[in-house]
Amino acid sequence: MKLRVHVTPRRGVLDPQGAAVKGGLTNLGFDGIGEVRVGKVIDLTLASTVDAEAALALGRDMARKLLANETVEDFEVEVLG
Amino acid sequence: MKFGIVTYPGSNCDHDAYHVVKHVLGCDATFLWHKDRDLQDVDCIILPGGFSYGDYLRCGAIARFSPITEEVARFAQHGGYVLGICNGFQVLTEAGLLPGVLRTNSQLKFICEDASLVVANGHTPWTVLCPETVVAPIAHHGGCYYADEETLGRLEGERQVVFRYAQRDGTETDEANPNGSLNNIAGITNARGNVLGMMPHPERNAESELGDASGAWIFRSIIHSFLEGTRA
Repeated sequence: MKLRVHVTPRRGVLDPQGAAVKGGLTNLGFDGIGEVRVGKVIDLTLASTVDAEAALALGRDMARKLLANETVEDFEVEVLG
Repeated sequence: MKFGIVTYPGSNCDHDAYHVVKHVLGCDATFLWHKDRDLQDVDCIILPGGFSYGDYLRCGAIARFSPITEEVARFAQHGGYVLGICNGFQVLTEAGLLPGVLRTNSQLKFICEDASLVVANGHTPWTVLCPETVVAPIAHHGGCYYADEETLGRLEGERQVVFRYAQRDGTETDEANPNGSLNNIAGITNARGNVLGMMPHPERNAESELGDASGAWIFRSIIHSFLEGTRA
């Protein structure tokens, strides 16, 4: 079972990295870019044979306890199969 | 009075802190290894600057799980004095011993310069002897203090904001804020006042060879508070 955890800056929290990336893209000639937010992706392989629902719950628990800091970050957990 | 200085893999200001409390201020001092659980009967613990565990995932996020950090948390919950400097401050927020979080500097640059700090609350165990302003160098990439509105309101209301970035004369201005920290926050305590986290390095300005030595007043304050028995 593989899990993917997306960690992104919480909505409403300034993202200076995203602003810098937007500036870079604009300089390259990519026009009309709205907001850019930079986050990270964490891929996990679970050793045990848990079902999808249990894997999701486990992923969310991991995100809350370590993978994301909910003061400034949001997360989403996805089962990759 | 005996100080304990924690050494995590990647700590690099542990010897500076040890030097100041032992050789400049004449206190007992010992290093506390991250894998240990024995606090060696210390009276004050310093979490030093550096890059604990390579700052992987987020600054301070992994150090929270070190055996020594669990003991530090227990020590703090019983009213023991804990000072987190720079990376140590980041560890304290990740460990939940202080509220909020330290984010990447707003201009995305590592900043290494002297910072003037105005003492926003001179009635904490850490500041009783401090002058109105102190100078302490900053050297960080992730020192932008952030907390949600409610937490920030509580910090301000309870006077837990102890140091703010300011001009040399103590005036708080946007220009004096090096990293985008909310309300120019450079250092805060917990509600009880026994845990202090600050991004600037007072141990790097504790001797006249390195500046005006005003950083030493923070250490002198906590020594004074301890000796007076004014446990926060």
